[in-house]
Amino acid sequence: MIEGKALISGVGISDCGRRLGRDPWSLTAQAALAAIADAGLTPADIDGVSTYPGALASTPGMSGAGADDMRSLLGLNLRWYNGASELPGQLGAIVTAMAAIGAGLANHVLCFRTVWESSAQTQIGSRSETMRSGVQRERSQWIDPIGASHSTYGGLTMQRYMYESGTTREQIGQIAVVARTNAALNPAAVYRDPMSLDDYLASRMISDPLCLYDCDVPMDGSVAFIVSRADLVNDAKRAISIAAIGSAPGFDQSAAMMWSRTDLKPADVDMAQLYDGFSVLTLRWMEALGLCPRNEGGRFIEGGHRIARDGELPLNTNGGQLSGGRMHGFGALHEACVQMRGDAGERQVPKRPQVTAVSSGAEAFTSCLLLTL
Amino acid sequence: MSDMQRVAPPLTTRTADFWRSGADGVLRIAHCRACGLYMHPPQPLCRRCHSFDVGFDPVSGRGMVYSFTINRYQWKPGMPPPYVIADVELAEQAGLFVQTNIVGVAVEDVAIGMAVKVEFEQAGDAFIPVFRP
Repeated sequence: MIEGKALISGVGISDCGRRLGRDPWSLTAQAALAAIADAGLTPADIDGVSTYPGALASTPGMSGAGADDMRSLLGLNLRWYNGASELPGQLGAIVTAMAAIGAGLANHVLCFRTVWESSAQTQIGSRSETMRSGVQRERSQWIDPIGASHSTYGGLTMQRYMYESGTTREQIGQIAVVARTNAALNPAAVYRDPMSLDDYLASRMISDPLCLYDCDVPMDGSVAFIVSRADLVNDAKRAISIAAIGSAPGFDQSAAMMWSRTDLKPADVDMAQLYDGFSVLTLRWMEALGLCPRNEGGRFIEGGHRIARDGELPLNTNGGQLSGGRMHGFGALHEACVQMRGDAGERQVPKRPQVTAVSSGAEAFTSCLLLTL
Repeated sequence: MSDMQRVAPPLTTRTADFWRSGADGVLRIAHCRACGLYMHPPQPLCRRCHSFDVGFDPVSGRGMVYSFTINRYQWKPGMPPPYVIADVELAEQAGLFVQTNIVGVAVEDVAIGMAVKVEFEQAGDAFIPVFRP
């Protein structure tokens, strides 16, 4: 299995925020150089690049830089690269990097995700345009005539989930409330002002039952990782292992694949950084991963104590995408690495995590990773 | 929702027969004539038996609301909110969904499990299937 052959050896993050007005290539290079230095490497060591979603089929807001942009930005001598949107979730870019290392095509792969949507909205147009790749425009015939949009999926899946499980808005709201509490301790988070459950319940509806605070917030920023061949890692003590990969399409299929590739069990997970493009998706990931019983997610998170930073299963400890900002799964993986290294400063979880579940995406666009020290 | 100014879908070789189907008031869904599987959105071969003998065949137009959402945001100039977007499960086959609007009922009265029937609203050369209780 490839899981033992590649480690995350370095992490880096750029300045992040609303409408930074910075060249997205500058943000990308900032994150990349930080990750390379963090791994104890120089750009000359990097022989692979992997990114989501790639630049060719995407708008500038959706993709701040492509794989070939990175090659030319840092003058890399590559043996392998990959920049694609049709992957198992956003973190599919990490999965393919591990596969390339396992196959002997590269030694140190620079993986990154740059979003520039916040600035692009002011420079190019509305969200519906900045988020649309060419493929999505092809699919627009099923969406435009009925007046649907990105939030439609969130509303439909939340409604059905509440119907099947008996979960209430008061329960789901804890995903957003706990994220906001965590974001207060993250200087890079977009929304840091306190938010109560009453604030959540009173926020305006976007697509009932989906309210404003169920939706993640666009931002500018770049996150980078170095995935290295295990025997070439400079500082093994700081490296994060990927114990198992789940890359099958579907929440349940992805989770089942991940658990089939390790002896670890859901009960071993002591921290979770789960996709929260819409808050209900976090619950669906928790249940798929077996972190709580099926249809019990709402009751599991009720009151927010279990998933708080000092709870039994700290969740989205940087504020997630709901309050921290939309980094498309890469923010979750970055936070997992920082916490597992004990480098999270003021927001460090009390008991340094040993086993972390990370997930990205939804429905047929999913992947999850099980991280260990 | 008859006052809605809908965006007309492009009529492509893959989907034109679906969008034109409602001209005579009948909903037609891509149907494998070898094994009987209905598929939506349409595709040119059968997902189950891989036969290419797939065409658009009439269905009853009856279905049930599987999930729905009350859209509150104006995404299109000609479609003032609020309106309901729903996944309707067609009577012909479990798991056969059409994403659509629910019309002819107050948005707050739509419910999962509600029985609905198709009707059509014209946009350009297309007939958009929508559903009414």
